[in-house]
Amino acid sequence: MNPLLNVRDLAVEYHSMRGRVRAVANVSLSIEKGSTLGLVGESGCGKSTLGFSVLRMVPPPGKIVGGEIDFDGINIVQQTEAEMRRIRGSQISMIFQDPMTSLNPVKKIRDHFIELYRTHDQSVTKDEAIAKSVKLLDSLGIGGDRINDYPHQFSGGMRQRVMIGLALALNPKLIIADEPTTALDVIVEAQILELLKQLKSEHQLTMILITHNIGIVAEMADTIGVMYAGQIVELGPTEDIFEDPLHPYTKGLLESAPNIIHPEKSMRPVPGSPPDLLSPPTGCKFHPRCSRVFEPCPYKEPQLLERKRRLVACHLYD
Amino acid sequence: MPPLVNVDGLTKYFPVQKSFIEAAVSKKREYVHAVDDISFQVQRGETFGLVGESGSGKTTTGRLLVRLDTPTTGEIRFDGQNMVDVDQESLMQFRRRAQMIFQDPTAALNPRMRIGQAIKHGLDIHEIGTEQERRQEVLRMLDKIGLTPPETFYEKFPHQVSGGQRQRVVIGRAMILKPEFVVADEPVAMVDVSIRAQILDLMISLKKEFGLTYVFITHDLATANYFCDRIAIMYLGKIVEVGLRDEVFKEPKHPYTVALMSAIPVPDPKHKLQRMIPRGEIPSPINPPSGCRFHPRCPYAFERCSKEEPGMTKISDTHYVACHLFDNPPSS
Repeated sequence: MNPLLNVRDLAVEYHSMRGRVRAVANVSLSIEKGSTLGLVGESGCGKSTLGFSVLRMVPPPGKIVGGEIDFDGINIVQQTEAEMRRIRGSQISMIFQDPMTSLNPVKKIRDHFIELYRTHDQSVTKDEAIAKSVKLLDSLGIGGDRINDYPHQFSGGMRQRVMIGLALALNPKLIIADEPTTALDVIVEAQILELLKQLKSEHQLTMILITHNIGIVAEMADTIGVMYAGQIVELGPTEDIFEDPLHPYTKGLLESAPNIIHPEKSMRPVPGSPPDLLSPPTGCKFHPRCSRVFEPCPYKEPQLLERKRRLVACHLYD
Repeated sequence: MPPLVNVDGLTKYFPVQKSFIEAAVSKKREYVHAVDDISFQVQRGETFGLVGESGSGKTTTGRLLVRLDTPTTGEIRFDGQNMVDVDQESLMQFRRRAQMIFQDPTAALNPRMRIGQAIKHGLDIHEIGTEQERRQEVLRMLDKIGLTPPETFYEKFPHQVSGGQRQRVVIGRAMILKPEFVVADEPVAMVDVSIRAQILDLMISLKKEFGLTYVFITHDLATANYFCDRIAIMYLGKIVEVGLRDEVFKEPKHPYTVALMSAIPVPDPKHKLQRMIPRGEIPSPINPPSGCRFHPRCPYAFERCSKEEPGMTKISDTHYVACHLFDNPPSS
């Protein structure tokens, strides 16, 4: 076992006028080299914040307030900002949800790549950078002649391919993809997923895939982490979790997912709505919506314990 | 029984905005062909789905159906009455009977209007009942859409409730006039997965209670499968296939429908995907391709497809497809 990333007891908080929100609460997880971890959960569950923390890019007023992030032997939480700038892009990179707001609209695609290459290695000439990026874009299905175009001249799917190119350019060890296909239409989404799968097998990519789409994790992830209200409630191999979800929330989430092949097994609602993190429920944060709630749930917070080759935080399995 | 809504040759073009210089250089006016000559019927009491990707014209069609936009040409008959050339008064009457549910509940609600007032607004405009009666009616509606206790929710502002509850308000507002016909434009697209089915189930129970007819607009085939009786698949302003839910889902005919179905990720890691993904992306609706609009991306395209626009071919009494593969079956 050789984890590339090891997160221990990570806590991230946002401070607002209305109070303190613990967006990520004591999360621990690890990712093996060459595997894909799918982080699933509803909006506000902390999955994106967790992804941003690994790059130490939690948007203010968010702050990492505790825990460790061990990436390939370095503790991300302790690094200086200058160190982090070197790590971002070259060691860990990110694919964002909306490629339109992530690319600079007044810069040609070419200049995005030149800047990226030359920021990390001053010895790279412009021509070398251009040659590299033409080759890279070609392998992603974008003609090299389009390198002189501006982002707005690309369609949504093509822009996402450019984003993927920027994320891959410096051969990072870890890629964080935050809802990489959510802004795209179904067919374009399928094209991008196929591309990511191909890149995964060609380059042995290690990836954290953040999504609310259960179908996408089923297709892409080796391991799944289910998040609810800032915590990981279940973590384990993809097939096991789909076969036999242990946590009632995991079960609810899987059953609420639309399934075109077996429509009768899908779209069952989970009652209630996700909690307000300004005043989260006591005990297990899922207990007000849980169908199997019993005595300890409202009082005692369940610990993440190992059960059947996976981790689950639920009093049913204490 | 005659259909509740009969659409014939419905077309909507939007002029393309040009800058001053572009307009001076070229006198040619360009149009976005948002909806181009489509025909269909919506039967009383059914849920009719309009499914397509962005730019397919599904939302424009929905807006035309409740006359939020005026068609360029074509006919919409509602309960036998032509709704295209009507005076303001008949339009007002029509709006009591036809309502719309919008996609983004945050944008659809006035942030300074209390939830109760927002729902009551329709009753105010149509001057139904006394102020006291209207309030009672709204409280009953709040209870029905699951916002209890209603007295509390009546006084809240949209930002004080969750996204799912906001969408319930938008639904309640559409239902307060007891319409017969409701167009729902992606009502669950902005709602979390675990809540989505709750909202759809609410819409189903309201349909039973009021005897509604729905047109349900979505890009999500799985949701359409859950919710609709009949489905029309749209591509670049055209209907390419229409049929009963099971006909379209179990025996899709049009290559585009097949592609759409195969593209969807399935929540089952053991499911082996066999994708048939068309090349490229949806072309610009300003200069749509000649012939069949799907032909540049279609793996089965042959000569005729680029030249001749396919008409609707009957597969069964309820299932029709616009594709040259079916209008003249090869002799083999």
